[in-house]
Amino acid sequence: MQKNQQIDHWDTIIEPRGSLFDLKIREIAQYKDLLILFVRRDLVAQYKQTVLGPLWYFIQPILTTLTYVLIFGNVAGLSTDGLPKLLFYLAGVTCWRYFSNSLTKTSNTFTQNASIFGKVYFPRAIMPISITITNLVMFGIQLLLFFAFYTYYVSTGKFEFSIQSEILLFPLLIIIMMLLGLGFGFVLSSMTTKYRDMKHLITFGVQLLMYGTPVIYPLSTIPDQYKVILMANPMTAILESFRFIFLGAGTMDYFQLAYSGIFSVAIFVVGLAIFNRTEKNFMDTV
Amino acid sequence: MSDIAIKIENLSKQYRLGVVGTGTISHDLNRWWARIRGKEDPYLKVGQVNKRELEGNSDYVWALKDINIEVRQGEVLGIIGKNGAGKSTLLKILSRVTGPTTGLISAKGRMGTLLEVGTGFHPELTGRENVFLNGAILGMTKAEIKSKLDEIVSFSGCARYIDTPVKRYSSGMKVRLAFAVAAFLEPEILIVDEVLAVGDVEFQKKAIGKMQDVSKGEGRTVLFVSHNMSSIKSLCTRAVLLQNGKVGFDGPVEDCINRYISQNRSDATSEVPGEIPLNHKRLWGSKGAKISHVFLSNEEGKMSNELLFRQPLNVNIRFSASEDIQNAMIQVRICAIDGTTAVFSSTLDGSPKGLNIEKGEHEVNTRLNVKLNPGEYCITVFICSLAANLFYDSVHEIYPFRVLAAPFDSFQPAFDRLPGFINEPTDWDLSEGLKLTNL
Repeated sequence: MQKNQQIDHWDTIIEPRGSLFDLKIREIAQYKDLLILFVRRDLVAQYKQTVLGPLWYFIQPILTTLTYVLIFGNVAGLSTDGLPKLLFYLAGVTCWRYFSNSLTKTSNTFTQNASIFGKVYFPRAIMPISITITNLVMFGIQLLLFFAFYTYYVSTGKFEFSIQSEILLFPLLIIIMMLLGLGFGFVLSSMTTKYRDMKHLITFGVQLLMYGTPVIYPLSTIPDQYKVILMANPMTAILESFRFIFLGAGTMDYFQLAYSGIFSVAIFVVGLAIFNRTEKNFMDTV
Repeated sequence: MSDIAIKIENLSKQYRLGVVGTGTISHDLNRWWARIRGKEDPYLKVGQVNKRELEGNSDYVWALKDINIEVRQGEVLGIIGKNGAGKSTLLKILSRVTGPTTGLISAKGRMGTLLEVGTGFHPELTGRENVFLNGAILGMTKAEIKSKLDEIVSFSGCARYIDTPVKRYSSGMKVRLAFAVAAFLEPEILIVDEVLAVGDVEFQKKAIGKMQDVSKGEGRTVLFVSHNMSSIKSLCTRAVLLQNGKVGFDGPVEDCINRYISQNRSDATSEVPGEIPLNHKRLWGSKGAKISHVFLSNEEGKMSNELLFRQPLNVNIRFSASEDIQNAMIQVRICAIDGTTAVFSSTLDGSPKGLNIEKGEHEVNTRLNVKLNPGEYCITVFICSLAANLFYDSVHEIYPFRVLAAPFDSFQPAFDRLPGFINEPTDWDLSEGLKLTNL
C-alpha cells in the first residue's frame, strides 16, 4: 500500500525514452506564459531600434508583391486569371509567406536555440509552436493589408466585390497551413541537428517549392498533363481555395482540399514523433 | 511516506567521441537493425570508462556509469569531482537537457535548474521584459514574476536601468539581473551549477547568503556543483564525489572534500615516500639544482608522515647541484590541503647571507618550531637565487602529512579541529575579570 503511494507520487520521471506521439498538452499549458512571451519577444524584437517600427510588417510583403507584379506580371506576362495583378500576387504572397516562414523558422528550432535548450528544460515543442503563432500574427497583419487593397480596388470600381460563401472554410485553410508548416518543420528540425546538410537544402527547397505551387501563376494556365504533379503538392489546394474564396477566381476542389487536410495531419503526426524522439538527446548531436 | 526527493537509479550515459559525421548513418542503421531483431544496442557494450588522460581504443565512453544516489527532502547535496568526472553530465540529465542512456530518475516536486544565469536573455529587450522572459524560461508563471518584480529589481541593484535594453548593460549588470531572477525562483528542488562565481564581491556575498536562506530557511532540496570547496563546505549538508563517471564517495562534506583533495594529490605522488616523482611538474626553475627528496622525520630520526600536535617539524631536503651556486636561498612552505601557505621559512632565518652551494649531492635539515593545528598539510620547497629573480628548482605540494590531535590533551579538550593553522596561546588579561566600559 505504502509502496503504491510512493510510486504514484513522483512528479517527474526521467527515462531514456519517452512516448512518441505525446504532444504534452498538459505541460505546454503549464508553460503558456512562456509561449506568450516568446511570441511577444519575436514580434517586438524584430522592429526594435527601427524608425518605421511595425510598419515593416507591411513594407516587406508590399515590396515582394510589387516585384512580382513587375517581373512575372509585366515582363513575363503571366496570366492572373483576369484578376488585378496586385491583388492576385498579394493573395499568393500572403499565403505562401505564412507557410514558408513557419517552415524555415521551425526547421531551425534545435540549432538556433541550442544555447537555451542546453541550459534549461521546458517542453521543446513550445519553440516551434511559438514560431507558428508569431507567424500567424504576421499573417493576420498581412491579411489586413490585403483587405486594405481589396477595399481600395472595390471602391474605385476596378474590381467587383466577390467574397464567396465558402469563406466559412477559411479557418480550415489556416489550420491546414499551420499543420503543414509545423509538421515539415518538425521533421526538418530533427534532421538538421545531426545532418547540417539539411540547412542548405531547406532554403533552396522552399524556394523551389514556391514555383511548384500556384503562387505566381494560376492553376488554370497549367497544361493537364502537369497538373497531376502540382496537385500532389498539398499547398496547391490551399492557394487556389484562398483565391477562390476572396477573389472569386481559381478552383475550389473539395477532394483536393481533403487531400491537403489528410496530408497535413499525417505529416504533423510523423513530425511530432520524430521531434519527440530527437528532443531528448539532441544536445549530444547538435 | 518516504522523504526522498530525488531517486537516481542505475543511471548511465554514453557518449560517442569524435566528429559526428561519417559513420553516423551506419551506426544508426546498425542500432536500428539490432532493435528490430529485439537485441540490445550493440554499442552499449563497447563503452569504456571515462578517463580523460588515457587514450582508449573505443569510440564510445561512459560519461556516467551506474550512478545510484538518493537525496532527501531539504538536503543540500554538493557534487564535486575533477573536470570530466561527469558532474555536468549528471546535472544535464537531472535538468532534462539531455536524456540518460539507461537508468531512471524519479523526483518529487517542481524542479528548477540554474546551469547558467541569464538563459534566453534577448539583447534587444529591456531589463524588465527580460526578467519576465527569463523567469518564464525557468518555469515561473507571469503572475508569480509580477508579484516578485520589485524584489527582483531591488535585489539586482539595477533599478535605474530596468527599462533600458539589456544590450546596453555591463556584463556585471547582466549577471546581477539574471541571478536576481534565479534567486526568486521557488521550486521544491533546485539544481545549481557554479553560478556563484560571478559578479563583484558584494554581490557574491549576497548570492551565497540567498543560497543559504533557500536551503536552510526554506527547507528546499538543493543540488549544487562547484569547484569552490569553501562554498561547498558552507552550503552543503552532504557531498558526493564523482570519479570517472562513478560515485567515488557519498557522505559527510568534510570527508568527501578531503577524499577529493587527497585523490588529486596522490595522482602525482610517487610510490616511495619522500622521493620526488620523476613526472613531478616543476613550476619554476630546474636549472642548476634538482631536489630529489623532501620528507619529515620524527624525534627518532625516522621518516614519518604523521606527527602529534605540538611536535616540532623536522624537514629534510636532499638535492643535487650540477654546478656551483652562489648566493642562494632555500625556502620551505608548509601548505594546507587547499594550497594556502600556512608557514613560511627560509635559510635566511639561519643566516642573513646567501648560501654558497658546491657542485654535488647535499642534504639539509630544518626544525620548524611551529604549533600546527591538527589537520592535513603538505610541503613546498624552493631553491632560488638571492641576487637575481632566478629559481634553481621548486617542488610543489608534496609529501602530504597529518598533524594528529594529541589523545589526552588537557589543554584543549573540547575541540578536535581548531580553525586556523597555527596554535599559539596568546595573552589575555583576565586577572580582574571582564570590565564594563561605557563609551
